[in-house]
Amino acid sequence: MTPLKNIIRKNKFLDFLFIVLSSFFLLFSLLMLTLLILDLAVTGLPRISWAFLFSFPSRFADKAGILSAWVGTTCVMGVTALTAIPLGIASGIYLEEYAQKNWMMHLIEINISNLASVPSIVFGLMALGIFVYTLGLGHSILSAGLTLGLLILPIVICTTREAIRAVPGYIREASYAVGATQWQTIRDHILPYSTGGILTGIMIALCRAIGETAPLITIGALTFIAFLPHSLLDPFTVMPIQMFNWTSRPQEAFHVNAAATGIILLGMTLSMNAVAIYVRTSFRKKIQW
Amino acid sequence: MKTFLNRNRSHTRIKEKLIKGILFLASLCSVFITGGIVFILVTQSLPFFKTVSLTQFFLDTQWTPLFSDAHYGIWPLISGTFLTTSIALGLAIPMGIIMALFLSEYAKTNVREMIKPALELLSAVPTVVYGYFALLFITPLLQNWIPSLSGFNVLSAGLTMGMMIIPFISSLSEDAFHAVPMSLREGSYAMGATRLQTAVRVVIPAAFSGVTASVILGISRAVGETMIVAIAAGMQPNFTWNPLEPAQTLTAYIVQVSLGDLPHGTLGYHTIFVAGLTLFLITFVFNVIGHTFRLKFREMY
Repeated sequence: MTPLKNIIRKNKFLDFLFIVLSSFFLLFSLLMLTLLILDLAVTGLPRISWAFLFSFPSRFADKAGILSAWVGTTCVMGVTALTAIPLGIASGIYLEEYAQKNWMMHLIEINISNLASVPSIVFGLMALGIFVYTLGLGHSILSAGLTLGLLILPIVICTTREAIRAVPGYIREASYAVGATQWQTIRDHILPYSTGGILTGIMIALCRAIGETAPLITIGALTFIAFLPHSLLDPFTVMPIQMFNWTSRPQEAFHVNAAATGIILLGMTLSMNAVAIYVRTSFRKKIQW
Repeated sequence: MKTFLNRNRSHTRIKEKLIKGILFLASLCSVFITGGIVFILVTQSLPFFKTVSLTQFFLDTQWTPLFSDAHYGIWPLISGTFLTTSIALGLAIPMGIIMALFLSEYAKTNVREMIKPALELLSAVPTVVYGYFALLFITPLLQNWIPSLSGFNVLSAGLTMGMMIIPFISSLSEDAFHAVPMSLREGSYAMGATRLQTAVRVVIPAAFSGVTASVILGISRAVGETMIVAIAAGMQPNFTWNPLEPAQTLTAYIVQVSLGDLPHGTLGYHTIFVAGLTLFLITFVFNVIGHTFRLKFREMY
């Protein structure tokens, strides 16, 4: 009897040990996230002021600001959203509602899932070859926006498809039964029901685009811009690039600027994520099948 | 009345066809993007391989294309990439899988619903912020224990990258564990197994291809990661296996060259496309393997 009890005790102990270990890992990763935010906040928050937000970059760390960076980010995001949202939703609708199962659709699906894991810097090289030199758009806001738009396209497509897939089939059948065409069904029934999911996807995708640095460096974003853009073909800088530039300088004072930019950037991405999660849950509560 | 309906119907039919056509074109877009990527990488790499022979590319152990004494051996960049990736995965694989097991086998639903979004925030942090954190927080921290650590090093870049990849591996693995039918677990519990025994001997084997997919897609993510290594690992192509030294990855090389003003069309300009092509091929192989495992897992249950 005792050896059996021993085995049971040992197994229960191991089970307990696993709980301890995994809770430790969980706490550790959440702790690292907290440390990261705290580190940036402690260094950067005191630096944030109206002057910092509304000054151009400068050789002197205490006079430098991020005006051109956040204006650039806003313009680039506008182009990105205009590219990725219509294209992504349209292609998500086609793949989910119209496409027949044949080799071509299979190819498109494999292609999208592969595209989602292509490194972002490779998109930057593609954009350098196509937008900057072949199409002659130059190192401009337009090139940058298009690049990021194509980069987040797979995310928008996948989330749109998931949202549409969650609409039950009887909604479609009911609509067809009263004589609606396929497009009428999609426009008046499928899309309204899947808005929550699609919005969440768009928000997560844009959040990814805001923080993206590498592809914009390859297409030639400038790190020092002391004017505001007048057209979409003007050169640009964005917040992550400004932060990268300040981080890679040796002087401590510029690191403070980098931290301040970082905490603003982090605030933007984390709050967008929080909104996305909120939208998802609130729509989930509103629609019950 | 009848003719009106008929006319209206043919009008609707044309509109339906038109909309379908437009949506179809939009869905073809992704194919054009892949086509564009392959086309640009290949055509822009060709001029490089006209000057530099493949033996030089694969056998030389130095990568100094921008120096006057130019060497074109790709290995220093590959070794740098391999080293950062291994360190990142050495941290992310065990932590990711153990956390996924905990969330799917142990945690109550409300705990899981709280922790999952918090973990996902880890991957929402912009990579340039991680780069800052690696260079100005992790490295000084590690230097307390390892005084010989240089200011730019592979170790802290790799560890920070691991942190970023944890949620990626844990959420995909958790989905895989979640999809394992309850009946398998119940069978194991009925034989008197503990949760840990069930997790290790029943759930992990049953979800094996799903877990493999998460790991492989994690590798692909780590190989392509750019800003963390560009900021924290230094910018020297260094053929080394020592994580305490600085090194350069394929991605960081592209960043370094793009930051300088290299004229369009020079050999140096083409080298970034060669690095990009190498990177694309490596990640492509991992992506294809990863997605195959994922599909296999989906078919199983």
